[in-house]
Amino acid sequence: MDGVHDLGGMHGFGPVEREENEPPFHGRWEAVVVAIEAAMLAVGCYNIDEFRHGIERMDPAHYLGSSYFEHWLDGIARVLMEKGVVDAADLDARTRLFQERPDAPLGAPPAGTGPAAGAGRRALTSFRTPVAPPRFAIGSAVTTRTMHPAGHTRLPRYARGKRGVIEAHRGFHVFPDTSAHGLGDQPQHVYSVRFEAHDLWGEAAEPNQRIYIDLWESYLLAA
Amino acid sequence: MGKNHPNVDDYVISRVRALESLLLEKGLLAPDAVDRVIRRYEASTGPMLGARAVARAWRDPAYRHRLLNDPTAALGDFGVTYDRLVVVENTPARHNVVVCTLCSCYPWDVMGLPPTWYKMPAYRSRAVSEPRQVLAEFGLVVPPEREIRVWDSSAELRYMVLPMAPASAARLDEDALAAHITREALIGVAEVHLPDGAS
Repeated sequence: MDGVHDLGGMHGFGPVEREENEPPFHGRWEAVVVAIEAAMLAVGCYNIDEFRHGIERMDPAHYLGSSYFEHWLDGIARVLMEKGVVDAADLDARTRLFQERPDAPLGAPPAGTGPAAGAGRRALTSFRTPVAPPRFAIGSAVTTRTMHPAGHTRLPRYARGKRGVIEAHRGFHVFPDTSAHGLGDQPQHVYSVRFEAHDLWGEAAEPNQRIYIDLWESYLLAA
Repeated sequence: MGKNHPNVDDYVISRVRALESLLLEKGLLAPDAVDRVIRRYEASTGPMLGARAVARAWRDPAYRHRLLNDPTAALGDFGVTYDRLVVVENTPARHNVVVCTLCSCYPWDVMGLPPTWYKMPAYRSRAVSEPRQVLAEFGLVVPPEREIRVWDSSAELRYMVLPMAPASAARLDEDALAAHITREALIGVAEVHLPDGAS
């Protein structure tokens, strides 16, 4: 989707602001979000593509005005509610409880179960066994598709309809555009594609610059 | 707090706690999961497995060759299984810098937690379109005759820069060198500098 998350080349965000002596986490809640995300992926409540697409559907103004781990919170909660893992009314009620009583007890795991995140762990890899040879050879000229899907995609807006060259083959990987929507892995070959900065940015390009993007085969046309 | 750290209100903190609480009760989140995350990123896997690999590569040409050509095997020397790292090498003719414009992909297993600026719109929007300007703001002026290669991590591969070794690197052992290799250098927004008289 052509969402606010697709930031490459946008103007207006000002200088990069660095934080001196940044701590690993700015509060316990950030570590909780990281722990929940790892557990949900490991248990299989959702996959990484569904999670990313969950974040992409944040309210755009909220996305730009909130911190990175708030993005995660929003995406995790959205997908867990959509999948029925967490009930929206339960989450709202529990949120109000902790707003009113921040020290209320967290709750405990159900009796008689072992450590939860141990069972059913899945291997988290996007690599799959190739079922077809790569269509493009190293050094081939390609053009990226002009496409504006309403759903999830990993072809950034700034690199659509552009000329590039196959730099390297990166293996055979789960296709996010289907995986994010419950349509299966449908794996494809992935290539590192090299773009000349001038072909992406025209006269605004800086000198002597190239951009390399990892792209799935169906994003590419022989040029 | 500035653009990097919009104020986090108590609604967010309460909602995270609510989600934690519900997932604990459902048996989907292990009771020690949060403590394990805190321990992992505050102590044992700070950013520095990648720094150790770079330090070793600077001292050992055979390891350098493996790190660039078979990073999975090279990382395996540290007891880590990580099969999706691509290592890109800085040279006098070429500087590499890494970004994820679509989200904030980053090799956590090798470089620890990403810095907040890496995840914010200013870096993600500009690193692909005006990298020289961005690098100059980091204090790294790359002359026009030196090529810049920007790696946008749009798939499940992850990128790490192999910085150029400082002139005096040979004086230090691997541990001492690794301590001076920052995550900024591994992202490609800084060079590695050794303090005067480091030994």
